[in-house]
Amino acid sequence: MDFNVAFTAAHEALPYMLGGVVWTAGLIVGAMLLGLALGVPLAVLQVYGPRSVRRMVATYVWLFRGIPILVQLYIFYFGLLAWLSGLPGLTGIGLDSPFVAAVMVLGLTSSAYQSQIFRGAIQSLPAGQLKAGRALGMTDGQVIRTVVLPQALRLSIPAWSNEYSILLKDSALAFTIGVVEIMGRMRAIASTTHEPVSMSFVAGIIFFVLTWVGVKGLSILENKVRIAGYTRQGAV
Amino acid sequence: MSQHSENTPILEARNLIKVLGGNRVLDSVNLDIGRGRVKVLIGPSGAGKSTLLQCLNFLTPPDSGHILLEGREVNAGSKKELCSFRQQVGMIFQDFNLFDHLSALENVRVALMKVRGMSKLDATERAVAELKRVGLVDRAAHYPANLSGGQKQRVAIARALAMDPKVMLLDEPTSALDPELIGEVLTVIRALAQGGMTMIMATHQISFSASLADEFIFMEKGRIVEHGSPAELLGKGVGSRTQAFCAKISELTGEADGEFRS
Repeated sequence: MDFNVAFTAAHEALPYMLGGVVWTAGLIVGAMLLGLALGVPLAVLQVYGPRSVRRMVATYVWLFRGIPILVQLYIFYFGLLAWLSGLPGLTGIGLDSPFVAAVMVLGLTSSAYQSQIFRGAIQSLPAGQLKAGRALGMTDGQVIRTVVLPQALRLSIPAWSNEYSILLKDSALAFTIGVVEIMGRMRAIASTTHEPVSMSFVAGIIFFVLTWVGVKGLSILENKVRIAGYTRQGAV
Repeated sequence: MSQHSENTPILEARNLIKVLGGNRVLDSVNLDIGRGRVKVLIGPSGAGKSTLLQCLNFLTPPDSGHILLEGREVNAGSKKELCSFRQQVGMIFQDFNLFDHLSALENVRVALMKVRGMSKLDATERAVAELKRVGLVDRAAHYPANLSGGQKQRVAIARALAMDPKVMLLDEPTSALDPELIGEVLTVIRALAQGGMTMIMATHQISFSASLADEFIFMEKGRIVEHGSPAELLGKGVGSRTQAFCAKISELTGEADGEFRS
């Protein structure tokens, strides 16, 4: 391998590959937010819901944890969403786009994992917190919103940042259904330049930097919302 | 329908039964308390004092029995009624249970805003007044992790008082405190009693509570086995179970001299 050639190719490919960051970022932000929006209520239902609801949540979690993302991408993109977008009233709103399919698959899978992060955090809180809220006349909903979740979400940030780094790398699978994110562009350019190894290095470095930035950002957030003097040894 | 009069107890429990893990933790307990009275629950650990207090505001729902507030039975099946009942019954826990993510001020203020629907300004004003009452206004911005145990318990008392409770339930309020911090909490409790607050308190602080209580209630194995004024139960040569128990714990804790004044 001629390092000079490889380096020049990588250097020339960089702007094109960086263009994929926008798509990767879109996938990650969309999926993390979808996972958060679903994961929090799922966790609350799994802890406080009636038995039947708890069982339904557990089944949901098993389903999305048990099916590989690649399989889900095919099911959603070629199956479910292709079918939905053909229904009257659902055409032309982009349901058949690969990006939408990828955000949904990554987001739903992440919601299953995130719900378990939040569930663990909720269950690690002392029972006295709930009791104190109830004793003041708060409804369970008020206690959950004003006492339980603000504490549980803070405790969840380290695990959430782990989930981010996993999801970021899972997002590289989205190229299989045609999302031109980093990996998709890497494959395209590798096939025209015949420099797959150097292109892989470039993609790897971009993913690494994105992971570092995200994890660093979340750790800054963690410090920012930290409660003075508050430590919980051994929990979460 | 009982009518509301001076003699109607503020809080009344009839025939409370609670079974936990096959044990009758509460065995047909009856209790009532009139306005401005102070009743003190004593007894060995596992006697059911804590369960009784937690049943009185349905934090632990009793298996059967009735709770009446000012002569009206509380229907705990209605969430609305339960929440409104709990607002009127303040509770102080052994381990404080301050909301860990809120400052002292926010701890006192949060229920005023969420439950009472007060504006932030009014709630803050009230919370500051309550913190002043327990001598902690200079700690308003501190988080629980930066307060001593005694300070935490005083914030918890301020938090309960802010809701204008008709009766306060205190579940061993000083048991989790280092000895040198007990005094500041007892001072607040004494001031409350002298201010006419109706209270039911479980405690092992015998000589302190003997000086406050209208009635001692001695519990054992989920039952009330003796009750009466401290003088009746602890006077010289009475020979009550309460006296024997109190003598034993004062020996262990080195409290007073085993002689109880009332």
